[in-house]
Amino acid sequence: MIVRILGEGQWDVSEEHLPALNNLDEVVEAAVENGDEVTFSQSLAALLDGVRKHGAVLPDESLVNSDLILPPADATIDEVRALLSDEGLIPG
Amino acid sequence: MSLMKRISLIFRSKASKALDRAEDPRETLDYSYQRQIELLSKVRRGVADVATSRKRVELQVAQLEQQSQKLHDQAQKALSMGREDLAREALTRKSGLQGQISDLKVQHAQLQGEEEKLTLASQRLQAKVESFRTKKETIKATYTAAEAQTRINEAFSGISEEMGDVGMAVQRAEDKTAQMQARAGAIDELIASGALDDVSSHGQGDDIARELDAMSKESDVEAELAALRSGTSGTAQPGAIEAGETTPSSPQLAVEREKEEGQP
Repeated sequence: MIVRILGEGQWDVSEEHLPALNNLDEVVEAAVENGDEVTFSQSLAALLDGVRKHGAVLPDESLVNSDLILPPADATIDEVRALLSDEGLIPG
Repeated sequence: MSLMKRISLIFRSKASKALDRAEDPRETLDYSYQRQIELLSKVRRGVADVATSRKRVELQVAQLEQQSQKLHDQAQKALSMGREDLAREALTRKSGLQGQISDLKVQHAQLQGEEEKLTLASQRLQAKVESFRTKKETIKATYTAAEAQTRINEAFSGISEEMGDVGMAVQRAEDKTAQMQARAGAIDELIASGALDDVSSHGQGDDIARELDAMSKESDVEAELAALRSGTSGTAQPGAIEAGETTPSSPQLAVEREKEEGQP
């Protein structure tokens, strides 16, 4: 699985680590829905750390799509909401 | 659906919209490459802008630290003259400045972080643009329009995602820098108005400096008076005058002194 952390780059994460990352992802998602900033920033940090720790960094020149994309480390809940809305943060 | 998945799908749908533009798919390669080059120069401008803001904050910290040191010196001077009230006033102002200094240092660290992130982003983008360019030339040389499509999709996949990412990073850095610039502007105005720095400027701008000045003038006068009193009762002065008359070099010195004074 290729995972991108926005603003940082891409990692190749092997399947065995995905369940743990998915669990964290669910916590992040719930925190976004509930507007719980504290849980959000803690679980997002843990999720990103997991990707960085278990993944292999892709070389800069690689041109591959990511299977999963994660918000930047310093993102706020509002920014993640904007990312998820189609007119959001991503420049067309 | 998971958050990570949702974000990646949104990125992909934006990327495929960008692909639909040209009739001959090979034209989209050149069009996209053009946009990549533009984005690359935008990121580099972004790095330069953030660096400018960072330097501005550095300058402000230096200025405020200088004021703060001056207030500290004034407090010490006031205390040595037995004026605890003045010393207290100077230290109160100093602590106000310290608050601003630590606020600016936080901003400085943030700007430095943004600068590093953007620098890395521009390096990544540059590497990807370069590898896209190679693929683009191969595709244009080797494939017919019909055959090219799948190859183009492959080449596009990584680069458009990267462009979305980098475009976002530049936008975020610009937003953050704009907020800080507004605050930096306010501090520049404060410094320019003299509200913060008249302490330092010419030793006569603020009341603490003025009072300390007046006090040291007074004590200078006292000291001189004391010296005069002891001088008139002793024999030092007449002796000094005699000594001056017998020194052969002294007229010459006087001439040199006049020369120096005559110079602007």
